[in-house]
Amino acid sequence: MTTRLQHLLGIESLHPNDITAILDLADSYVDLNRRQVKHTDALAGLTQINMFFENSTRTQASFELAGKRLGADVMNMAMQTSSVKKGETLIDTALTLNAMHPDLLVVRHPHSGAVDLLAQKVNCAVLNAGDGKHEHPTQALLDALTIRRAKGRLHRLSIAICGDIAHSRVARSNILLLGKMENRVRLIGPPTLMPSGMSEFGVEVFEDMAEGLQDVDVVMMLRLQRERMDGGFIPSEREYYHRYGLNAEKLAHAKPDAIVMHPGPMNRGVEIDGEIADDINRSVIQEQVEMGVAVRMAAMDLLMQSRRAQPEGVMV
Amino acid sequence: MNEVFGNAKIVDPGQGRVITGTVVVRDGVIADVVEGALDNGVTVDCGGHYLAPGIVDIGVKVCEPGERHKESFGSAGAAAAAGGVTTMVTRPDTTPDIDTPEVLEFQTRRATEASPVRIAPMAALTKGREGREMVEIGFLQDAGAVAFTDCDRVVENTKVFSRCLTYARSLGALVMAHVQEPGLSTGAAATSGKFASLRGIPAVTPMAERMALDRDIALIEMTGARYHADQITTARALPALERAKNNGLDMTAGVSIHHLTLNELDVADYRTFFKVKPPLRSEDDRIAVIEAVKSGLIDCISSMHTPQDEESKRLPFEVAASGAVGLETLLPAALRLFHAGQLDLPTLFRALSLNPAKRLGLPQGRMEKGAPADLILFNANTPFVLNRETLRSKSKNTPFDGARMQGRVTGTWVGGRRVFGGDNA
Repeated sequence: MTTRLQHLLGIESLHPNDITAILDLADSYVDLNRRQVKHTDALAGLTQINMFFENSTRTQASFELAGKRLGADVMNMAMQTSSVKKGETLIDTALTLNAMHPDLLVVRHPHSGAVDLLAQKVNCAVLNAGDGKHEHPTQALLDALTIRRAKGRLHRLSIAICGDIAHSRVARSNILLLGKMENRVRLIGPPTLMPSGMSEFGVEVFEDMAEGLQDVDVVMMLRLQRERMDGGFIPSEREYYHRYGLNAEKLAHAKPDAIVMHPGPMNRGVEIDGEIADDINRSVIQEQVEMGVAVRMAAMDLLMQSRRAQPEGVMV
Repeated sequence: MNEVFGNAKIVDPGQGRVITGTVVVRDGVIADVVEGALDNGVTVDCGGHYLAPGIVDIGVKVCEPGERHKESFGSAGAAAAAGGVTTMVTRPDTTPDIDTPEVLEFQTRRATEASPVRIAPMAALTKGREGREMVEIGFLQDAGAVAFTDCDRVVENTKVFSRCLTYARSLGALVMAHVQEPGLSTGAAATSGKFASLRGIPAVTPMAERMALDRDIALIEMTGARYHADQITTARALPALERAKNNGLDMTAGVSIHHLTLNELDVADYRTFFKVKPPLRSEDDRIAVIEAVKSGLIDCISSMHTPQDEESKRLPFEVAASGAVGLETLLPAALRLFHAGQLDLPTLFRALSLNPAKRLGLPQGRMEKGAPADLILFNANTPFVLNRETLRSKSKNTPFDGARMQGRVTGTWVGGRRVFGGDNA
């Protein structure tokens, strides 16, 4: 194993070798997950706490299942209803949990950088399950695994990320990961949903779907994050669907074998046409969900391996 | 109150020169500044180090009344004396706000009891700094307010602001304003661009500063008021400022030391001690603003000393409190610009001491006969690594923790009386 990871806070700090190591291990967990008995003892005896400061059903379920299949003791904490509401700070919450000696904290938080902050204050591994508009590393890894399995490689592909880039941590992690693996990344979206300075990330920016989708291998749609919008970013959902929603006509500009991805949950009829989403020849959306469990198992397994490799007392 | 400072490199921002010589102080006032040595009675041997007029720091927040656990006049005064700040021009954004003569008198009494350095208080421009009704500008002036400001809150209602300016003009009162277009800057914690996008931090375009400045320039042209922009931090705002000054408007501008010595990348992994208001800018902006200080377009450099306790800083970046302490690090940080060859010492002290005093109508900040003997002695070369725990402020939220710095104050005199260095160093 290559990795010396203490935490998984983002793609930014990963080396391409780390990414490959996680994906390779995840491939073996995909096989395991397809068997009838889906269990290993990789994390037996270890405690995993899922702290979600933001609502999530899918991601939390995926992490819970991943932990259980690895044999860890998994605890879910619904932080939105906990003492956080009583005014306890993030740090105090972290220190309280830390005193219970967990081995792994899986954290989602509505503020960018909050998971980094928490990781500085605890002495177990921290896995970022999404922080604000910053990063969502396991989503990018599962997308990468899906692409690698569908396309047979994870380099020199032309990949379009479409829609609400501004509010998307999925987009940021994917831009970083796909860039590190030497792919051509295009961003397509209305200028109000495009963060400033994106062209400096080594990506191409388009405002027109037909132009941006020209000859791409992968079309990654993003969810329009209506809950994060504090003001008018787009005039209406129907105009958004008309200009940026993925339908057969727009998809026709991509390569004939281009795959369609979406991190979920989907707004059908807003960013993606229902028929495209359900087209088993084009859409790999269900496969993304499957890869999610495998990638999370791999990431947690590697984190725990590198923690064990640390001599006692030097854990940072 | 009588001293003779011998063997000093005397920084004279008024004449724009550094001379080696002697400064004679009688009855708390500079009696003579002469080149070369005097035969008799040197009481302070400066050892060839720099002697400069003490810093007049516009925009210091001392958290009295209201939040004495963050900073008191005692702790701020000690920090100021150690940092070479001999006049703290205090902000009114306390709890309650300094918006009535009664609160101002209370604050002045506390300050006089506790602080070894001078205090020149500013008062709020509108009641409760809410941007609706103007304060009693006349009474507050009589009670000693040197300027009027709502601090980092912009008076959004242009009609209210124009009336405040008009009324202030009739009394010759100086109005200090924060220049950030309020709609664009709501909720922002960084300057928009690659870095903010990568970190996913809510950001504001640097253009918001120019937009607010443009509005204020139009209002000054209309009202003829005396106006000071608290912090000009972007290259794009500079041409507008230059035009306004050339058109003869009674306008000046300041900048904080943090915007002169740090840029947006210093935030790195969400370090909240680097969260200031306005947010740190790009390196291009920083360089442009240094040039503007050099040319005199930007008049004043200040610390924008803003104490915050650990609890308000140990939060995710976008919800953490803004502001940094700066009284003790203002001079060492400013000396970075000197050591880098970007600003010479007379230029630095023009912006740190002379211009702020002139703008507020104060007699200090000068190295000339008849000025109050507010003097600082410093060795520009002493290297040190800053440890925030050694700061005298009650709050330790400095962005320079662990930074290598060069230059330290060894003595501070206010009205000819030593308040730092020597026996109490």
